Amino acid sequence: MYVMVVGGGKVGYYLAKSLLEEGQEVLIVERDARRCVALSDDLGVNVMQGDGCEASTMEEAGMARADVVVAVTGDDEDNLVVCQVAKQKFNVARTVARLNNPKNEKIFRRLGIDVTVSSTELILSQIERVIPAKPLIHLLSLRNVGVSFVELEIPPGSPAVGRPLRELGIPDDCVFPLVIRGGDQGIIPYGDTQLQVGDHVVAVTSEASADAIRLILRG
Amino acid sequence: MRVVILGCGRVGAQLAQLMLRAGHQVTVVDKDSASFGRLGAGFTGEVVLGTGIDEDVLLRAGIDEADAVVAVTSGDNTNVMAAQVAKEIFGVPRVICRINDPLREEIYRSLGLETICGTIWQANHIRESLEGPNSGGELCM
Repeated sequence: MYVMVVGGGKVGYYLAKSLLEEGQEVLIVERDARRCVALSDDLGVNVMQGDGCEASTMEEAGMARADVVVAVTGDDEDNLVVCQVAKQKFNVARTVARLNNPKNEKIFRRLGIDVTVSSTELILSQIERVIPAKPLIHLLSLRNVGVSFVELEIPPGSPAVGRPLRELGIPDDCVFPLVIRGGDQGIIPYGDTQLQVGDHVVAVTSEASADAIRLILRG
Repeated sequence: MRVVILGCGRVGAQLAQLMLRAGHQVTVVDKDSASFGRLGAGFTGEVVLGTGIDEDVLLRAGIDEADAVVAVTSGDNTNVMAAQVAKEIFGVPRVICRINDPLREEIYRSLGLETICGTIWQANHIRESLEGPNSGGELCM
């Protein structure tokens, strides 16, 4: 597989190194000449100096035969243009863009970028996991289908405690595949299961029903 | 018309003043507050501090009610992204995007953006001036 990595910062460097170790063919494109020298000293010949947004540079770099183009510069607008040029001008099958502003995810998707990766959002979701003040923790969002995996803790005084799940009026577009009790016991719940204070409930829900779930489980 | 101008450089500031004088409602966006000085003391349009590729900034500039957006920041890619956000996300009826790199301009024009390439435009005008009937006289740009 031929992977073209645009942007030779820390993300691009470690990505390229890992791909090379896996035996993939990799080329890094980096604008800064001095950075290029440092990269090629370390990684060998697989570095090209140039502007990843410029079609002529990309032609020279063989973008047309790349299986994947990954844009990991520190600027979202540059990553967008790299991926769009790859797709439109060179018919690259798969483009991956690094997002610096997580709010750009929707925009990139609308503009035809296949995959976006936001380190800001990954860190945010990790923080949400360790801060208990937030009642509903987003574990995973399945893009395009409008479904989220969320986790909720059952607080003291919750209206859901001591009643079978089937009586709670859970919306049709939501299921609870897992309840974690006492931090170490995994329960696959069914209609008769009764929740206890301190249980962690993992829910798969449509985005529309997420608020209703919170009300049912936390009051 | 309500026009949002992204980038308060020489072109953006000049355009803002012209549009305002012609009776239009003008909002100028720039990430550097010092650049608003180019608008002059008598400027009565609105200014918004921020980058034109940030949805929140664009909303503060009233993009959802704009009749036209003009992207003339110093960065080609910023202009490209801002113009696409204006067109595809907010459905602004008229979006004009400056792209100084001729190759990139060609790509985005073929993708349906209304683009202006400052480089080609200026080169053509200079050439016309040099070869035209007034050659030898002053260049008129």
